[in-house]
Amino acid sequence: MSGSFDPAAPLRPTGNLRRRRLVSHVAEYGATAAAVAAVAVLAIVVYTVISRGAAAISLDFLFEGEPDGIGPMLVGTAEIVAIGTLIAAPIGILIAVYLTEFAAGGRVDRLVRLTLDLVNGLPSIIIGLFVFGLLVNHHKQSGFAAAVALSIIMLPIVARGTQEVLVLVPGNLREAADALGVSRWRSVLTVILPSATSGIVTATILAVARAAGETAPLILVDSVWSGSEVSLDPFGPVPNIPVKIFRLSEEANPEALTQAWGAGLVLLSFIMFAGLGARALLARSKRRMAG
Amino acid sequence: MSTAASPIPGPAASSQRRSRDRRRSLDRFGDAALRAVCVAAALLAVVTLLAVGYQVAHGASPAISQFGLGFVFNAEWQPNLGAFGARPFLLGTLVSSLFALLIGAPIAIAIGLFLSLLAPKGVRGVISPLVEMLAAIPSVILGFWGLVVLAPFVDRNIEPWLHDKLGFIPIFGPPQTTGLSVFTASLILTIMIVPIIASISRDLFLSVPRDVQDGASALGATRWEVIRGVVLPSTASGVVAAALLGLGRALGEAIAVAQVIGAGSKMHLSLFETGDTLAARIANEFPGAITQMHKASLYYLGLILLAIGLTANLTAQWIGRRFDYRQAMAK
Repeated sequence: MSGSFDPAAPLRPTGNLRRRRLVSHVAEYGATAAAVAAVAVLAIVVYTVISRGAAAISLDFLFEGEPDGIGPMLVGTAEIVAIGTLIAAPIGILIAVYLTEFAAGGRVDRLVRLTLDLVNGLPSIIIGLFVFGLLVNHHKQSGFAAAVALSIIMLPIVARGTQEVLVLVPGNLREAADALGVSRWRSVLTVILPSATSGIVTATILAVARAAGETAPLILVDSVWSGSEVSLDPFGPVPNIPVKIFRLSEEANPEALTQAWGAGLVLLSFIMFAGLGARALLARSKRRMAG
Repeated sequence: MSTAASPIPGPAASSQRRSRDRRRSLDRFGDAALRAVCVAAALLAVVTLLAVGYQVAHGASPAISQFGLGFVFNAEWQPNLGAFGARPFLLGTLVSSLFALLIGAPIAIAIGLFLSLLAPKGVRGVISPLVEMLAAIPSVILGFWGLVVLAPFVDRNIEPWLHDKLGFIPIFGPPQTTGLSVFTASLILTIMIVPIIASISRDLFLSVPRDVQDGASALGATRWEVIRGVVLPSTASGVVAAALLGLGRALGEAIAVAQVIGAGSKMHLSLFETGDTLAARIANEFPGAITQMHKASLYYLGLILLAIGLTANLTAQWIGRRFDYRQAMAK
């Protein structure tokens, strides 16, 4: 392309190739910058929560009721999420068993998969409206209603996660059980589910982490309480952390904001540790399944 | 399990047969029961989804019969006067979500490319979980951060700058005093949807066969040309589906948006004015709604949101399925 050939010239891209290389490098740097930006945003948010929340954390803050602490809200959130898990985990696991063991790839099968995806995509405020109409309207707000709302959010996460590990259960385990004349239900309950336990636990932890911070439905179905003392009755309003943070964030005085950061720090650290734990567990179980 | 039948009939054998029969009928019952329970669980999920639709429509029915379809286009929202219309919130929802998608999708796809094709393995193993962790931050915390940290920053720095440079475009109007604006809400939504789109597109890009990429490289294509010519075209529909899933998430976000959008019910051309979305308005007003028509109107907003959200999700599923189908055909 360029004039005469000079054998002594260094081998450097020129002209068109140089431009193409340049474009390629710019694209690579752009992609790297995007990833760095995402991590930076995470770091900024986490740093803000830690640095401003740490000032609020004390034993009194963790165990006392309003106005000084968030003890009742912590207990309440634990209760609501626990009830939600008790509802969502068995149903989610059964749906996953249905999809891997009993579904034949027919219409019902596709309908169930689509349903899981759509439920997963439901805005959580809509789930709040649903549960309000179902359980709260004409009755009163309750921790149970909140648990039902959270269970709907958790269901697709548990079902999908469980299904993914059930598919990974080695085929020869199944065949061995069949060859020994073990009936379907025995092989599901004693061979297939146990070998997928850690995957199921992972999916459940991820669902718990997601549900613990869910705020929108709780504002509709479980927000009328005073957080001054622990109230465990699930058929009455149960104090909880997300609504507390939302309320505090709307107040103007700096003390409330500090408390909101403190509550946010507690919630965020629970979610982050749960997420990390679930990830470690998943990596281990995948390695074992593959090995 | 010993199943070898004894040739000599005797009391032992008959008791063995009896226990085998019992076991067999138990197994038959167990199989049927497990199957029934699993099918019931699956149907429960389907019924729940239908019930959600029914319950929301039912809650909205007084408003539907009072206002009809005109509700969707009516711009008035004055609960005290009994005037209800969805237009400002519908527009706010669409504008904030689409703007978030406009900023977020390219960033997310770039992150997907970085994590699947560009980053060294060690870096990938660190960044990938961090990006997913961004998605795990509860919306109430992200919204609170947006309110206290991001909004003042946007108000002092980003909005004046954009107004200075691009003020001739009407959407970049003069900044307000608080930073609570549709623009800030879009930025928060961007943070929420980037990790979703990024992790789906990362998995898509990882599924592109290595040898096709190597072939392009061997023909002299640069890394970007491999991406542009091979990776992106073969995953395009999947990426669109991922973007739609992200859009669905942005449309329905209530809490974080409620915290930073400023709850204005007037419509403005400028992104820097306050606004409101369907989901945020429900979260803000539902707990305090006293009159039945106010509640029903909020349910009506929910119904509109449900319709848009389901459309976005169904379209994503449909496109995604076509993608799976094409991949299966290619194999």
